[in-house]
Amino acid sequence: MSARLLAGPILAFAAGAAVAATKGDPKAGEEIYSRCLACHALASDRVGPRHCGLFGRRAGSVKGFEYSDAMKRYKVVWNEKTLDHFLANPLKVVPGTNMTYAGVSDPRERADLIAYLKEANGSAECRK
Amino acid sequence: MSLFDIPTPAAARRLFLARSGGLVLSGAAVALLAGNDALAATKGGKSTAGDVRILNTALGLEYEGIAAYQVGAESGLLQKPVLDLAVTFQGHHKQHADLLSKTIQKLGGKPVSAKTKYDFPVQTLKTQTDVLRFAAGLEKGAVSAYLGAVPLFGNHDLAKAAASILGDEAMHWAILRNALGETPVPDAYVS
Repeated sequence: MSARLLAGPILAFAAGAAVAATKGDPKAGEEIYSRCLACHALASDRVGPRHCGLFGRRAGSVKGFEYSDAMKRYKVVWNEKTLDHFLANPLKVVPGTNMTYAGVSDPRERADLIAYLKEANGSAECRK
Repeated sequence: MSLFDIPTPAAARRLFLARSGGLVLSGAAVALLAGNDALAATKGGKSTAGDVRILNTALGLEYEGIAAYQVGAESGLLQKPVLDLAVTFQGHHKQHADLLSKTIQKLGGKPVSAKTKYDFPVQTLKTQTDVLRFAAGLEKGAVSAYLGAVPLFGNHDLAKAAASILGDEAMHWAILRNALGETPVPDAYVS
């Protein structure tokens, strides 16, 4: 394989890593969050569980919410890194999850979305 | 009178709403699934279980949409023709739910039930505009949800039917935006 052929994937990987390391923009993330509003809300459980209290919460642990068995078995604590991994492709990361959504494939969009969720978790709506 | 001959945006919106109240989806989606006995033959596989899970999530969404329009219709805040529009859109969601439920059963799955209670932000709904904005947000979210679900189906007929529902909900969203005085179709793509 020529060096030229290798350069593309290496550059793409480097660009992806740079985006992942970039701080997300909560304002842009709020717009992306509108996609999530089909099933989720910050302060109440809907088709999906509430997002207030997300950071530091164990997956599948909102009291009274009916999770899939797969999500109950998914033993991670939600933080920037675990959310980034899950949101990229929910069904691949947790096969059997009820979050039947293809995911947010763009690392920049994920960073923005996570930044928004983090900011929203400190909002008055979540502090009630 | 054409929409282009209307003197004011408000009058145009009224005419647009009055006309769109008569919109009815073709029976294409129903024919796609309800009459597709080949679906029954596919039940039991791993991809079928995945498809049932996707359909059940969609069914949960449709039930929530039906309940949300009911809240709007009973709020006393909607005037005609907006009220008629809300009832028409609710009717579409009922058709979607019925189709999804029957398809899940056809695939050997158990359809989810509607919740007995939904936690809607009713305290924030004080005007017709509030109700329209609430409904528009739900429809926009539904479009995103179907868009995120379509590529996941193992069965292409199901993907096609879900895309048909997506199109209907995108129309709802556009008309609600128009009723709010916003650009009905803000972008070339939905996300």
